[in-house]
Amino acid sequence: MSLMAEPSASGRFGEFGGRFVPETLVPACQELEAAFVEAWADPSFRAELDDVLRTYAGRPSILTECTQLGAKLGLRLVLKREDLNHTGSHKINNVLGQALLAKRMGKKRLVAETGAGQHGVASATAAALLGMECKVYMGAVDVERQALNVFRMKLLGSEVEAVHSGSRTLKDAVNEAMRDWVATVETSHYCLGSVMGPHPYPWMVREFHRVIGQEARAQSIEMFGDVPDVVVACVGGGSNAIGIFSGFVDDRSRLVGVEPAGGAAVSRAQPGVVHGMRSYLMQDEYGQVQEAHSISAGLDYPGVGPEHSYLSSIGRAEYPNVTDAEVIKAFQLLARTEGIIPALESAHALAWIVRAAPELQGQTVMMNLSGRGDKDVAQMMDVLAL
Amino acid sequence: METEFRAKRAAGHKLLVPYITGGYPGWQNAVRACAAAGADAIEIGIPFSDPVMDGPVIQQASQAALEGGATPVSILHEARSLDVSIPLAVMLYYNTVHHAGHERFAAQLRDAGMVAAIVPDLPLEESGPWCAAADAAGIETVMLAAPTAPDERLPRIAARARGFVYSVGLLGVTGERSALADTAAALAKRLKAVTEVPVLIGVGVSNAAQAKEAVQVADGVVMGASVVRRLIEGGADAVGEYVADVRRALDE
Repeated sequence: MSLMAEPSASGRFGEFGGRFVPETLVPACQELEAAFVEAWADPSFRAELDDVLRTYAGRPSILTECTQLGAKLGLRLVLKREDLNHTGSHKINNVLGQALLAKRMGKKRLVAETGAGQHGVASATAAALLGMECKVYMGAVDVERQALNVFRMKLLGSEVEAVHSGSRTLKDAVNEAMRDWVATVETSHYCLGSVMGPHPYPWMVREFHRVIGQEARAQSIEMFGDVPDVVVACVGGGSNAIGIFSGFVDDRSRLVGVEPAGGAAVSRAQPGVVHGMRSYLMQDEYGQVQEAHSISAGLDYPGVGPEHSYLSSIGRAEYPNVTDAEVIKAFQLLARTEGIIPALESAHALAWIVRAAPELQGQTVMMNLSGRGDKDVAQMMDVLAL
Repeated sequence: METEFRAKRAAGHKLLVPYITGGYPGWQNAVRACAAAGADAIEIGIPFSDPVMDGPVIQQASQAALEGGATPVSILHEARSLDVSIPLAVMLYYNTVHHAGHERFAAQLRDAGMVAAIVPDLPLEESGPWCAAADAAGIETVMLAAPTAPDERLPRIAARARGFVYSVGLLGVTGERSALADTAAALAKRLKAVTEVPVLIGVGVSNAAQAKEAVQVADGVVMGASVVRRLIEGGADAVGEYVADVRRALDE
């Protein structure tokens, strides 16, 4: 059996996951689970999703070998180009899946949270495509540092609400989206943006991103005649990492999920319960959730998807962390050596590869380039004072 | 608490449970004021960083309490000196319990004189380990039922409820509303049909008139945001006056 099989009936991956939500939302989660199971087994739903992924999102995404950077680092580096998807990141895979499912369930409105704005933009896009209403909650801090994405969402016809509670970042946007869903559950679908939240989200979102790993595995075998030695992805909630890991979890490939130093939930390995799930969580001595700090809004999250906690706990994947300074260097490095500007989130994965290069000599390394850096250019202009 | 509530119900008394945010400046006097004004029990909120079931007013009070340094330990410590004669319950989010450990936390509640706990993000399916520890420590776990629950779910929730069943008045988070939602009476009626455990409507019961309307069907009410707003605006005295007004309306 695959290490990434279905979770248990209670939505557990090992001791992680579950469904810790207000009673109001329990029937909605049960209904969503049933609808997903039914749709996922229905060839017509799969065909509809495959079609929209191909003709609208632009799948399959290509592999690009970084010959200059690889030579410089002493390894073979290939990028899985999720940055080339429509809307500029992997997020569209999950959003199209959920939006089609929501429509099938008769929901008229999507509610979403967003950090960097990538999931918000993808949700707004899917809502526009399928003729649904969409409201996106975004921390006030992130609204400021990702102004361009806020405008994109509005342009796509979505409402964006700045969240001023708590740390005013991603975790608070999730809280506010859940509060909205508690009040509108009969007509709205909560289009959660990562492999987190209550069951069935971590599982369902993984299945919608499995396409990344399936393509990447076939492409790797075509390119190298083998799976890569190392597969690397950044981890906030962990959706792009789960997507690419799913293609290699049952192979020999080393799996590396890279967290920001200021949001390293897995390294601390302390289980907690927030946002509907039991998983590793940054918290103080009384269980108050701590604020994450990262240069990338998309990884500014104190928790992590439960399946990552599980993969870490059984030793199948490793979760190092990198500093903002290393990320800024990696961001520029990819731009200058390969002509690709990565999202700050994805630059975390590259930062680890650069650091670990001495021990990776001669190996094949696949990195999930989860998003493009256009959204980060204004922020980096300030940071680099160019 | 349940025994006392059942006895009061049998005597024709309508139950009133105000909510006070623990750790908010003046919270202990507010609890005493509630007791003096005729509350039947008091729900003491233990602030959490991510209160997903709470609207703006209770969020504001929680955040102020946390910024003032309140912790579960400090609140339970301060609760020991309350010296009120009615039952005290805590309302908290599950991570507070999970982090401390079920048995340890249940013992802390008991030692602080608490008799019941309400954990709004711990639904029936996940409640087993906590309920077992709470039962063993003599802490009654109040279960919530929501308007979205199908009929078959309600008897199972009621069977697990101790103290009372918290009948969630509307689809939404805590906060004051201009009118009592239609869902409030509908759900309370469905619950009353399947359980002998006292049924109290909470969330969205915003003034004395709405409380009176709610107890036409339910055995009582939990009132949160409207009480906490008065705590923020006018302190313990304002809370006392308000709870006394509601008490009078319920007793009319």
